Amino acid sequence: MIETGEILQTMRMIQEENFDIRTITLGINLLNCSEAEADRCADRVYDKICYTARNLVHTGEEIEKEFGIPIVNKRISVTPVSMIAQGDPVPIARALDRAAKEVGVNFLGGYSALMHKGSTDADERLLASIPQVLSETELLCSSVNVASTRAGINMNAVREMGRIIKQTAEKTSSNDGLGCAKLVVFANAVEDNPFMAGAFCGAGEPECAINVGVSGPGVVKVALESVREQPFDVVAETIKRTAFKITRVGQLVAREASRRLNIPFGIVDLSLAPTPARGDSVAYILTEMGLEYAGAPGTTAALALLNDAVKKGGIMASNHVGGLSGAFIPVSEDIGMIEAASAGALTLEKLEAMTCVCSVGLDMIAVPGDTSAETISGIIADEAAIGMINNKTTAVRIIPAVGKKAGDTVEFGGLLGHAPVMPVNGYSNAAFIARGGRIPAPIHAMRN
Amino acid sequence: MTKALISVTGLDSTGIIAKVATKLSEMNINILDITQTILDGYFTMMMVVDLDGAHLRFEEIDKGLQPVRDELKMTIHMQRMDIFDAMHRI
Repeated sequence: MIETGEILQTMRMIQEENFDIRTITLGINLLNCSEAEADRCADRVYDKICYTARNLVHTGEEIEKEFGIPIVNKRISVTPVSMIAQGDPVPIARALDRAAKEVGVNFLGGYSALMHKGSTDADERLLASIPQVLSETELLCSSVNVASTRAGINMNAVREMGRIIKQTAEKTSSNDGLGCAKLVVFANAVEDNPFMAGAFCGAGEPECAINVGVSGPGVVKVALESVREQPFDVVAETIKRTAFKITRVGQLVAREASRRLNIPFGIVDLSLAPTPARGDSVAYILTEMGLEYAGAPGTTAALALLNDAVKKGGIMASNHVGGLSGAFIPVSEDIGMIEAASAGALTLEKLEAMTCVCSVGLDMIAVPGDTSAETISGIIADEAAIGMINNKTTAVRIIPAVGKKAGDTVEFGGLLGHAPVMPVNGYSNAAFIARGGRIPAPIHAMRN
Repeated sequence: MTKALISVTGLDSTGIIAKVATKLSEMNINILDITQTILDGYFTMMMVVDLDGAHLRFEEIDKGLQPVRDELKMTIHMQRMDIFDAMHRI
């Protein structure tokens, strides 16, 4: 029998410490919707999504109510659109946005291209359409994979993405560059990621699958409050125990959603994903470990410990762990990160170091509007190099704030939060980015 | 067996357990376990119940408790027991 103390602990985690299931993401394979004629393809895509996801939101709400655990987002990820678009991809983008609204999800990811080794004509058409599509659609998210440990870094794609990000920012400048918040540039992108904006349903995925992302930085922070001044062995153990409990609930929700929707269970992504709410911050876990601000010396070590302990605790709690799994460090979506960046304690360079040991990369960072496309490409190349060499996923989701300079603020609202515009190293890298070509895969990619 | 936890919290008064238990009995819901305390006049009760006998959907049972909530002016929350088992038992 469960003891009263245990029941109260669970209730406290949910009611006071912001523990929630961050997302149930339904992956839908669209490969069989491909058609030569763009409008026909768009119709097939729309129909398949509306049919497959018809019960997703309702079922999510039902589980939420019965189990008493908030499920914040219900979302959809689809096959990278460049793999199904034989012609103009824009009608498909519109169909995806309409389908997302029809079934009631709050984001749909997969307006994507995988071009880590090179690009197809379809990839290039999709890339060119991203600024327009992200300014005209509301719920659609886009991602581009430009590097992998196996293939190296496609520097042509890196160069192009610098320009695409700038154009997207320009086209959505009236919303502080919101389009760029829906655009991720990846190295080693994963096929079953449930988190936006980078979710897509990879080519190796089944017809459809339920992927669940858990969260709960507030729970970890509160757990660490009880072990203040204790050595790191105790800190790691405390995080592991907490991550185990969090992930078990994620597994329960995933299993239940899979059963009710009659869709196979894919993975649980055991991530600590912050929101701008106070008490839901990854940065506050780092400060709880003894740092004045995230960004103070020691931050990378603290994050490394956190990321590893989350995985160790979570892995035993689920039979299939996947996605990004680890701690997310988006700036605008985390009150502790916003405070650290505003105080000048957290710089872009320190964030880059942190991405070597966290689960993803440079996330939701606003930079001055006059930052050049080459500089953005350089930031992407550096981040991709970290991913390629360390065999991990890295990403760049950067927002050039049009008309703003370092120290100003951009406001996205909701889960996307707000962010101080951070200064960027402005020394020229134009000749470096102009080279193009491919940075070869590292020696340790040859593992066969 | 579909087990659920019903938690009842609010200011103490006479007949809380009786009223909740009567309503559950009307819906043919069996009570498996009860713990209850009063702290500073604040009543807290947790009941573990078996929902299977009710032959009602979770939502309907929850709705069935609404008159008791209104009458007692207390917070009555019902959630499936599985979440506690998942979190605290391997």
